[in-house]
Amino acid sequence: MQLLQTLYSTLLDVLPIAAIIFGFQYLVIRRRVTHLPRVLSGFGMVLLGLSLFLLGLEQALFPLGELMAVQLASPAFLPELVDGAQRHWSDYYWVYLFAFAIGASTTIAEPSLIAVSIKAGEISGGTIDPFMLRIAVALGMAFGITLGAWRIVTGTPLHWLVMGAYVLVILQTLRSPRMIIPLAFDSGGVTTSTITVPIIAALGLGLASSIEGRSILLDGFGMIALACLFPIITVMGYAQLANWLETRKKRTTE
Amino acid sequence: MKLLTSLLRASLDSLRDLTPVVLVVVFFQFLVLRQPLPDHMGLVDLGVGLVYVVLGLTLFVKGLQLGLFPIGEDLAYAFARKGSLAWLLLFSFALGFGTTVAEPALIAVANKAAEVVAAGGIIPNDIENQSRFAFQLRMVVAVSVGSAVVLGVLRIFKGWPLHYLIIAGYVIVLLITTVAPEEIIGIAYDSGGVTTSTITVPLVTALGVGLASSIKGRNPMLDGFGLIAFASVMPIIFVLVFGLVLT
Repeated sequence: MQLLQTLYSTLLDVLPIAAIIFGFQYLVIRRRVTHLPRVLSGFGMVLLGLSLFLLGLEQALFPLGELMAVQLASPAFLPELVDGAQRHWSDYYWVYLFAFAIGASTTIAEPSLIAVSIKAGEISGGTIDPFMLRIAVALGMAFGITLGAWRIVTGTPLHWLVMGAYVLVILQTLRSPRMIIPLAFDSGGVTTSTITVPIIAALGLGLASSIEGRSILLDGFGMIALACLFPIITVMGYAQLANWLETRKKRTTE
Repeated sequence: MKLLTSLLRASLDSLRDLTPVVLVVVFFQFLVLRQPLPDHMGLVDLGVGLVYVVLGLTLFVKGLQLGLFPIGEDLAYAFARKGSLAWLLLFSFALGFGTTVAEPALIAVANKAAEVVAAGGIIPNDIENQSRFAFQLRMVVAVSVGSAVVLGVLRIFKGWPLHYLIIAGYVIVLLITTVAPEEIIGIAYDSGGVTTSTITVPLVTALGVGLASSIKGRNPMLDGFGLIAFASVMPIIFVLVFGLVLT
């Protein structure tokens, strides 16, 4: 029953892109679709797959993310308080470690990132090491999520952190090798995969709901935003570092 | 038979995406927290849910590769070479819009946002208003991604440098943040990140690379990328404005 309902709403979600693709194909380009049966069965699989994924999300990924947040931030697990003392943000160190571990581990093996980093290594002519680039993105992502967790714990307004990150990005943009810039900006968007986003969202909402004095509405969101921004910074940082090392090496050999 | 083996291979890919998450959660649950799962969460339910996730993502990605991606990429190349700017821009908008509506991460996060906003008393707390908010939010994001792709295509055409436009986008985001209602800021900033994943990235990148390689004097590597960057700044602006309108 639930599957049928999800299937129906998913159909409405997939309809626009199907209409756009077929509409432009038949009405504007006026060409027949080759392998029509294959294409249609592809759409069928998209429909079924998306429905199953959304069901599994509700049943497993969201609860898992929330469970971890609630447990790691529960008073029973945190170090004991001296009478009358206030909770310090550093008491939540397991939360930060969890955030960091989730961010780093999901990013390092991301297939689209592997493909992009190999390409980047090729165009840089060997200055950029694909593996180091992947580490840079993973560290950026992990740091962004950790900072997001810290922000929820302390209640720091999101836009201050975002503003700081923007300033860093702009300063770096002006000094980075030109060919890395579009790649760096795209790497921020690419890394947040379909599996990572729900886990992070649930983690943030769970933290905001279980830490005293935090509002789920004001503090619960924002982790994904930071997770997208920091890879831009670390990728440009790595490119600058690689460039600097290269020129230094040249200077010493000359 | 060939389909079956390729499905199997695709499911290994989805499994590889999920494994780090499960490993980290298991490590923290049993070695750091040292607690069994709470009673209201059955291990079987969780397991079945994770199987749904892997199976669903596999079918979804495989279906995209069979159906949507080949035609989408062909169309993107065809429009990039066709020479009519008006049709190209219309197609760019439609592509950005349509792919965003079907983006799984956005569906999930919009539903969560609706729950939270309803619980916070911004909109009436019932199913009908929640689903309306989630729908509106997704439409706003989809329109913003559509416009972002249009802007990105124009940029490739005119050869504008990417970073000036992005910096301008950042400045606009920060300016609107000062007047936007506090409750929408987190959702708005997050919506920039969720829009660019499974469906949108490959199709939009195909459009950018196709376009940059068909225009003389453009480098596909330098000019083809960067469309995604717009698609992650524009939604922030649009959702902040949506929040302004809503309150």
